[in-house]
Amino acid sequence: MTFVYPGGAADSSGRARPALRNVTLSIYEGEWVALLGSNGSGKSTLAKHLNALLVPSQGDCLVYGLSTRDEKNVFPIRSTVAMVFQNPENQIVGTVVEEDAAFGPENQGVLPEEIVQRVEAALTVAGLLEKRKKPTYTLSGGEKQRLAVAGALAMDTPCLVLDEPTAMLDPAGRTELLRVLSNLHASGKTIVSITHRLEEILSCDRAVILHRGEIAWEGAVSDLFLSDLPFKEWGLDIPPLVSFWRDLRAEGRSVPPVPTVAAMADALCQ
Amino acid sequence: MSITVSGLGHTYHPGTPLETRALRDISFEFPAGTWFSVVGHTGSGKSTLAQHLNGILLPMEGKIFIDGLEVKEKSPSLREIRRKVGLVFQYPEQQLFAETVSDELAFAPRNWGVPEEDIPGRVSAAAAQVGLDEGCLGRSPFHLSGGEKRKAAIASVLSSRPDYLVLDEPTAGLDSFSRKELTRLLSGLRNEGMGILLVTHDLDIALQMSDRILVLDGGRRIVCDTPAAVLDHLRTHPVPGLQLPEIAALSAALRERGKNVPLTWNWKEIKSALFGSQK
Repeated sequence: MTFVYPGGAADSSGRARPALRNVTLSIYEGEWVALLGSNGSGKSTLAKHLNALLVPSQGDCLVYGLSTRDEKNVFPIRSTVAMVFQNPENQIVGTVVEEDAAFGPENQGVLPEEIVQRVEAALTVAGLLEKRKKPTYTLSGGEKQRLAVAGALAMDTPCLVLDEPTAMLDPAGRTELLRVLSNLHASGKTIVSITHRLEEILSCDRAVILHRGEIAWEGAVSDLFLSDLPFKEWGLDIPPLVSFWRDLRAEGRSVPPVPTVAAMADALCQ
Repeated sequence: MSITVSGLGHTYHPGTPLETRALRDISFEFPAGTWFSVVGHTGSGKSTLAQHLNGILLPMEGKIFIDGLEVKEKSPSLREIRRKVGLVFQYPEQQLFAETVSDELAFAPRNWGVPEEDIPGRVSAAAAQVGLDEGCLGRSPFHLSGGEKRKAAIASVLSSRPDYLVLDEPTAGLDSFSRKELTRLLSGLRNEGMGILLVTHDLDIALQMSDRILVLDGGRRIVCDTPAAVLDHLRTHPVPGLQLPEIAALSAALRERGKNVPLTWNWKEIKSALFGSQK
């Protein structure tokens, strides 16, 4: 799959530079895949292809076998893949919390009594049930971000795509949202989450690293840290805990498969 | 020489239904030429505190002295206080307004009455301090990249030659490369003798850079001490919404299990405590 933005940045020969170049990727049901990359690597462009917001300039994007290129498929695709964007301020449409969460299923033509159930379930998962009657402008940044997730959950799609959902959150809000995603993953939802923070992908199954519109690396998260990858070149920051883990491993000491605080403490106490 | 705050309290909208107690009984001393960080989660009162330090907000309760000058209403020293303490707001690039970067940097010293022949020197010195290319000076500040705009905004405060620089979440919205660059810049200014007061929710940066850290929660002072002592305090008295950095959490977990490692935010210290400092 290749994608060129109309009027996008041009290369030295004057041709438009593709935002995505020959990207080939499969995401399987029930997987939690992390899309990693620095600013401008093409992560958001790729995400927007997954529910037909963008259509490839070359190649194809199939969602459960349906091509995003065919307009007939757009509605079923968007009922399969829900998107959460970076900035929650840009996607809250309701004036009251529960009204906002109901927006997606209302558009899908879901029956009113089922909407009520779905909204209640979604707000419970997002930890916002107590605030259901509050005006959306009274929510904090973290609550708005969770409301955006609740809105996507209420659509009851099998797959959820989140574009830097933690970008606007403080560390506590970030941990909270990751816990929500972890629970959703455990309940069988397919999740694609986009981030530039390596420490946020530890619970994911698979990582895909994009660099300048191409897939630079793809594999299991546990292998991501095992291999000696040029994270710096890709514009990714190595968290101190991962540096420590890599350093110990390079010296041949026993380290856990994935560098979490608890696993590292266990390994160092052996 | 220092900034001294004693018993500072602040209430927004007193006597109305919107009344909010933002700060209560805050006291600390921030000596000139040191790095002091104010840490807390969203809504802890950090920004309210920062705005008191150069008299944007005036104390309702308690007292603030800047090198002995009191911050209070109608004080004849307010002008001098505002020169001494430069304030960089969150998203400072939103304050850019001049036609060229050079005019932007000249604005404050002109207001302070610096003689016109000294202005160009002030401007190029401030640009050099933040590592802003001379070529940028003639350009419109609105044509700079995000990182450059932030540098220009900080330079426009530095051109007044403040003794203290107060920055409210200066790394918000910057990617990891620009964040490191900015931290290096502040550390350089501190080494040249400027007092740096950093308001942040990033405990990791505060622990690495500060001489002293003040932790706020709900407008109250939780602890004010050296990084090592603050870390020790937060381990035994966790503040909701303020997480220990991963390495600090690891060192705390190891100590709980009886390992002889220091409580630290630097993994190299854990490593040398466990395995000795072999190269």
